[in-house]
Amino acid sequence: MAIQPLAIAARTLTNALGRGGAASLGALRRGESGLRPCDFEDAGLPTWIGRVAGLEEEPLTGEFAPFDCRNNRLARLGLEQDGFGAAVRVARDRYGPDRIGVFVGTSTSGIGATEHAYRQRDPITGSLPATFDYPHTHNVFSVADFTRRWLGLTGVAMAISTACSSSAKAFASAWRQMRAGFCDAAVVGGVDSLCLTTLYGFNALGLASTQPCRPWDVERDGLNVGEAAGFVLLEWAEPGDDRVLLLGYGESSDAYHMTAAHPEGAGATLAMQQALARAEVLPEQVDYINLHGTATPLNDAAEDRAVARVFGPDTPCSSTKGWTGHTLGAAGVTEAVFVALCLEHGLIPGTLNTRQRDPKLDAGVVLENREHPLRTALSNSFGFGGTNCSLLFGRRDI
Amino acid sequence: MNPLAVEAVGLMAPGLAGWTTSQAVLTGQRPYVAEPMPAAMATLLPANERRRVTATIKLALQVAQEAMAQADIDAGAVRTVFASSGGDSEILDKICVALTQPDRPVSPTHFHQSVHNTPAGYWAIATGCMQPSLSLSAYDDSFAAGLREAAALAWADQTRVLLVAYDLPPPFPLVERRMIVAPFAVALLLNPAQDYRLAPLRLESGANQPANRLDDAGLEQLRAGNPAARGLPLLCAIARRKAGRVVLSDGGVSLSVEIEP
Repeated sequence: MAIQPLAIAARTLTNALGRGGAASLGALRRGESGLRPCDFEDAGLPTWIGRVAGLEEEPLTGEFAPFDCRNNRLARLGLEQDGFGAAVRVARDRYGPDRIGVFVGTSTSGIGATEHAYRQRDPITGSLPATFDYPHTHNVFSVADFTRRWLGLTGVAMAISTACSSSAKAFASAWRQMRAGFCDAAVVGGVDSLCLTTLYGFNALGLASTQPCRPWDVERDGLNVGEAAGFVLLEWAEPGDDRVLLLGYGESSDAYHMTAAHPEGAGATLAMQQALARAEVLPEQVDYINLHGTATPLNDAAEDRAVARVFGPDTPCSSTKGWTGHTLGAAGVTEAVFVALCLEHGLIPGTLNTRQRDPKLDAGVVLENREHPLRTALSNSFGFGGTNCSLLFGRRDI
Repeated sequence: MNPLAVEAVGLMAPGLAGWTTSQAVLTGQRPYVAEPMPAAMATLLPANERRRVTATIKLALQVAQEAMAQADIDAGAVRTVFASSGGDSEILDKICVALTQPDRPVSPTHFHQSVHNTPAGYWAIATGCMQPSLSLSAYDDSFAAGLREAAALAWADQTRVLLVAYDLPPPFPLVERRMIVAPFAVALLLNPAQDYRLAPLRLESGANQPANRLDDAGLEQLRAGNPAARGLPLLCAIARRKAGRVVLSDGGVSLSVEIEP
């Protein structure tokens, strides 16, 4: 039997395309990228990034001042868009603040605060500056803690940190914990912000592209690091629900290599198959796949094998990384909300920046936007450590 | 709330070198002494990998390996949940130091080992396990959050789940801002079935209550001083093999666990 679906009662997005879901939808429709040559802090790297404008000028103050760091500023900015806070207030009255769980995915949380602190160590003792607040900034949980406090929620809360699948897996955790009765509704989110760790780290691995990333392109040569905050409010779907529903999720491990995807996409295949199985949806019923599609040569090839094996060459799919860059732990929720927007507006986004499809790849990657009614769509998120998650969303009212 | 059985336990900390050898301390027959912790061997890792991985990875894998060896079932079939407050601070320190140097020479190995799910990745590779795995943090409440997630996963999928909780003292200077008194790691193999059990548990998540403390001053210091060791009251209750109830405080929402006889 298919699992009980969850409805997306509210959603919000902030990324390089702008603040709020309308900015993302508009940029998707117009084919306008948010990528720019790297101008983050003093990182002198020949790569492109997806930076959210204005974070530098918007510190957290008052009772939230201890949380002040780029990552929590981005979380706040995200939570302030699209009427998300108001929707959570309504849910708080309905369910109670202690019955709404908080599940936030992040990869590096506020490590940027520690990067700064290490540059300001006491020259004699080596100690970090007194202003550095580890638990409220750098610690992985900090962004989940900030989110629950900002929203006035007192229920179960945790940060999920499985690299680039983090905020996709947050949906699966929310479903399970609601199912188990630990909460009655859930705020699921993902926040990752630019920092030197990821910019120099991907550069050291030779995975950062010197051009705007080109998923599935014959000349693709790497990813662009981006930053984003995305949140959804989930509650159990009602009969005849006309909202976008989470119909299924699938998770797996590659058990292959810490950074390289399994060459045949074995883990990715399992994740997609399980998402379909949980929803009792057949591959041919899926109208669109939002690929993980980072644009590194090996990752795209592995995902292509998996998608082609499960869906064949005809299901329309695309990577939206050319718009936002790879937002790491926030990619799962960012692209889940993209999928929700596509389901609501009948849009299949193309694959921005990609000029010539790699002839060795078989998946049905579309390069140009299409306007087309959609009923069911899948989103893939994969990460270091061989962690895979696929989410299946759909509408029942069309 | 559904039942959940503990099938096997792995444990490693100063003075607690393995589940079986720690019974006298956990049952209160012998006072806790923080003897130096033996090196976590994590023998399931290939020798070349073992040289490259950090103390954090080895400690997490050591307790996971111990629990699975007791249960004598194929680790490749078991879903996992890894809970850690801060992940691998040794690696994060090395990256932040590199970022202060000319040209910022971040090591690619350190970068890929910096993700919170690094032990989960090495465990999956070493055991050939393609099952789902989650890595999480809830700061000082990471053990309770991990147990809650592991339980929800076991019930949802009606399958065994291995919970691994671990935290190590960060190196200087981070340790000045995040005091963790000693390394501690614990693994619990959980089974939603009723018929095969070391200790059957009932979980209750609800209104905030104070967490259980331990009578032994040394053990209590460990419990309070390492997020993974917040599970110690549960381990003591399991070791005593008597009915009881422990509260693992979880900030706004407590997780209490009833141990059945």
